[in-house]
Amino acid sequence: MDIHEFTKQIEAEFEEVEPGTITPTTNYREIKSWSSMYALIVIAFVDANFDVQLSADDLRNSQTIQDIYNIVMAKKTN
Amino acid sequence: MALFKLNNVSIKGIASCVPKEKEFTKDYSYFSEPEFDLFVKSVGILERRVAPTAISTSDLCYHAAEKIITDLNWKKEEIDCLIFVSQSPDYFLPATAIILQHRLGLNKRTMSFDVGLGCSGYVYGLQLMASLLSSGNIKKGLLLVGDKSTLSTYIEDKSTYPLFGDAGCATAMEYDTSANPIYFNLQSDGSGEDAIKILDGGARNTVRPDTFDITEIEPGVKRSRRHLGLKGIDIFNFALKEVSPNINELIEYSGIEKEKIDYFVFHQANKLINESVRKKLKVTDLSKVPYSIDLFGNTSSASIPLTITTKLKDKLQDHTTFLFSGFGVGYSWASCIFETKHIYCSDLIEL
Repeated sequence: MDIHEFTKQIEAEFEEVEPGTITPTTNYREIKSWSSMYALIVIAFVDANFDVQLSADDLRNSQTIQDIYNIVMAKKTN
Repeated sequence: MALFKLNNVSIKGIASCVPKEKEFTKDYSYFSEPEFDLFVKSVGILERRVAPTAISTSDLCYHAAEKIITDLNWKKEEIDCLIFVSQSPDYFLPATAIILQHRLGLNKRTMSFDVGLGCSGYVYGLQLMASLLSSGNIKKGLLLVGDKSTLSTYIEDKSTYPLFGDAGCATAMEYDTSANPIYFNLQSDGSGEDAIKILDGGARNTVRPDTFDITEIEPGVKRSRRHLGLKGIDIFNFALKEVSPNINELIEYSGIEKEKIDYFVFHQANKLINESVRKKLKVTDLSKVPYSIDLFGNTSSASIPLTITTKLKDKLQDHTTFLFSGFGVGYSWASCIFETKHIYCSDLIEL
């Protein structure tokens, strides 16, 4: 899954977000409907698709969709 | 490694008791409308039962116990063991199980003790009771489980208050040489002690002047040191990482084919967690994974028996194969698998 597909699928997890509004450089905390519940939804998505777990620290240390993708890829290759 | 095969024990019946007072998620004023929608969709809780001040966990368990004793026509003097699994006991001491032994009018020859576990507590309790009965030295046991979790949540903590409901359940177990074995896999990891915790009021941090001061932990999360705190991401990752390997190891150990399992009854933690576990186990038949979380919330150690008595009551028959899995506070997690004869389910008691 490349970054564009990753971004598209993350976007699909959000309610009330117009398709195409989230890009790899979007700060995910600034997405209008973002709440701590979405952290769990993103973790579940990453776990289901990559068999990788995002920790609370991983999320704390990331800003954008690209940041999350990079963490996933780094964990995936380790 | 705590893998067990226990022979000669059957589960005869289960009764559940909940407070009659309901709280609806839609009435929770600290949720915005989008938060409410997302919470219902992902956590799956519409309503919960909340016990008033006068009702404690032991009251809920007492009524469940009386009900199952009556429904099964058990004689009280035949009950040899009473175990009370809870994290909301009546007192620091004595143990609540002993108080219940007397209140239920059980014989002084009954052994009674408490076990301080939460979400994993039902399976741990079944294992303890099955271990005691398996030898045949004692013949009948009552396992009481439950919590009044709403006692420990604070209304301005969005991360805990809408999650928990109160319930108490009684499970009647018996020495039975014709029973199929029950297999267990029990685990613990205290590195997760901070993931769900009440900081003050125990012997480590006794009550102090600031114990009841409400502070803001993060936006939408206010509580005191006497309230239950929950780190959602940590708990979620723990469940994703540990629950399915524990279950797969148990299934392999038991030799029971996964396809033969009729019902996977999971601790009702939150729909997102439970659905993730279901998908990891590659269980595609949704009718095999009952949920009661929509109507009762997370009821701690009572969630598995409450789900059985409210969702499977009319579906149970001889030769039903069950898998139970409880996981959470501790961290502590445990699963069991067995083929049962008929398990009697009492009608739900509303106190």
